[in-house]
Amino acid sequence: MATRQIAGKTVTVNDEGFMTIPAEWTKEIAVEIAKEEGLPELTPTHWKIIEFSRQDAGAAGKSPTLRRITVGANVTTKDLFALFPKGPAKKVARIAGLGKPEGCV
Amino acid sequence: MKQLLILGAGTAGTMSANRLSRMLDLDQWKITLVDQNPIHYYQPGFLFIPFGVYGRKDVVKPKHDFVPRGVELIMATIAGIDGDSNTVTLGDGRKLRYDFLIIATGADIHPEQTPGLKEDAWGKSIHTFYSLDGALTLFDALRDWDGGRLVLNVVENPIKCPVAPLEFLMLADWYFHERGIRDRVELIYATPLPGAFTKPKASQMLAGLLESKNIKVEPEFMIERADPDAKKIVSYDEREIPYDLLVSVPLNTGAPVIGASGLGDELNFIPVNKHTFLSNKYANVFALGDGAAVPTSKAGSVAHYAVEGFCPNFVRYTKGRELLPVFDGHANCFIESGFGKGLLIDFNYDTEPLPGRYPLPGIGPFTLLEESEANRWGKLIFRWMYWNILLKGEELPLPFRMSLAGKWQN
Repeated sequence: MATRQIAGKTVTVNDEGFMTIPAEWTKEIAVEIAKEEGLPELTPTHWKIIEFSRQDAGAAGKSPTLRRITVGANVTTKDLFALFPKGPAKKVARIAGLGKPEGCV
Repeated sequence: MKQLLILGAGTAGTMSANRLSRMLDLDQWKITLVDQNPIHYYQPGFLFIPFGVYGRKDVVKPKHDFVPRGVELIMATIAGIDGDSNTVTLGDGRKLRYDFLIIATGADIHPEQTPGLKEDAWGKSIHTFYSLDGALTLFDALRDWDGGRLVLNVVENPIKCPVAPLEFLMLADWYFHERGIRDRVELIYATPLPGAFTKPKASQMLAGLLESKNIKVEPEFMIERADPDAKKIVSYDEREIPYDLLVSVPLNTGAPVIGASGLGDELNFIPVNKHTFLSNKYANVFALGDGAAVPTSKAGSVAHYAVEGFCPNFVRYTKGRELLPVFDGHANCFIESGFGKGLLIDFNYDTEPLPGRYPLPGIGPFTLLEESEANRWGKLIFRWMYWNILLKGEELPLPFRMSLAGKWQN
C-alpha cells in the first residue's frame, strides 16, 4: 500500500488514490482532497453528505451507494450531482476518506 | 410440528424447498411455499426472445411441476412479514406462523421510477427484455425495424444478471448482421458503470470485444429521464443521448412488501450475512436469491451455489449448532457473444474473473474469459439442466465453492 502526504499528515492510499484507513481521515484532509476533485469550497450541505457517508460506512463497513446517500442524507440525486459533479458516489467516498464504492458484479 | 415457511417459488425458493424436503424429517417439519404467480419463468431465456432464438414456450412451466411431495404450495400475495411475532400475513388475510422463514421473493423491474420510460412510448420506441411480455414485444419491434440508433441503457445497479446488457448488444450485432442491415444500425451501451463491467480483467476483455463489434460504450451515464417526444435520454449531469430505439434495463428492486415490513435496504433488498444468509435483524429469518443484499451477481448460478451451501448449514442450525461461513460469493456466467460463440466467467467475493479453463483445469471444455463455441453450447444446454436438474434440487458434479484450479492469475 502506498502512502501520501496530505494536509500535514501521512495517510495510506490504494493505487486509485482512495484512503484505506478511515481513522486517518481529518476534516482538513477532506478540504484538500475536495480541492483536488475540483471543489474549492465545501458548503454545509457538502459536509452533511460527507458526515452521513462516514457514519454509514462505519456501520455498514463499506462506502454508501449513490441511492443510499440520497435516501440517508435526504438530498435529491439532481442536487447530489450538482454538489459533487461527475460520479458523486465516488467523489464523496474519496473526500470522506472511504474506500471506492463497490461496483455491482 | 415445526414450521418452515419459504416466501417465493422462483429459482432460490424452489431449489431450497426441494433440497430441504429431503434433508429435514417431514414427520417433524412442515414446509410451506408461498408464491403469487403459478408460472415459473426461465429468466435467462428472456435475453434470446427478442432475436427469435427462444419463444414463450421455452421459458415457462407451471410452478406445481417443481414442488416436491410433502411441501404445500400456497398461491397468494404477501401482505406483511412480522419478524417480532414470527408471522406472515397473506393478501387474503390468512396468517402463517413460522419457526424459520426463508425469504426468496427476488427482484423485479420498476420502469415507472424513471420519468418518461413507462409512458406512451413504452412498447413502441422504448422497450425492455427484463420481462417476458417486454421481450416478446421487442421481438416484434426488432423484426420490423429498418435500422437507426439502438441505445441500451441500464438505469441503476444492481440489476439481475449484470452481463445480460452486454449479451443483448452482442446478439443484436449478430442479428442485424444476419438481417443484412448491420451497417445501418448504431449500437450504444449507456451504463452507470465506469466501463463495460466492474471487475478489471473482465472489463478490459469485454471492452475489447465490444469495440471489435463496433458497439460504443457511454460510461458513467446515470439516467435522469427519458424524453420520448425528442427521442433522447438525459443524464443527471445533463448529457443527452438520442435514440431511435431505446432498450431499457429499468431500476431493479426487491419486493415492496420487504420494505413495508421493515426488512429491506433503500432498494428493498434484505441485508444478510454474506456467507450464511442469516438476516441482520432476526435469528430465524434468512434471505436467498436475488432479494438478498449480498455483493455478488443476482443470477441463477449464484442462487444455485448459495442454496447448495446453505441447506446443510441450515439443517445444522436448526439442531442448535452455529452457522458456518460457507458461501464464498461464487458466480458463474455464460456470456453470449453472438455468431454462435460465448464466453464464460467464474468468480467470487474475493477473486475477479480470470482466464483459464473450466471445470477441468487445463482441459475445459469451457474457456474462461475467451470466446469459444463450446461455451455457447454450455449456455444452451443449461436451459435443459435448469428445468430438469437444478430446480428440482438435484446434484451437479461441480463444487459450489469457487476453485482457482485451471485459472491463470497472471
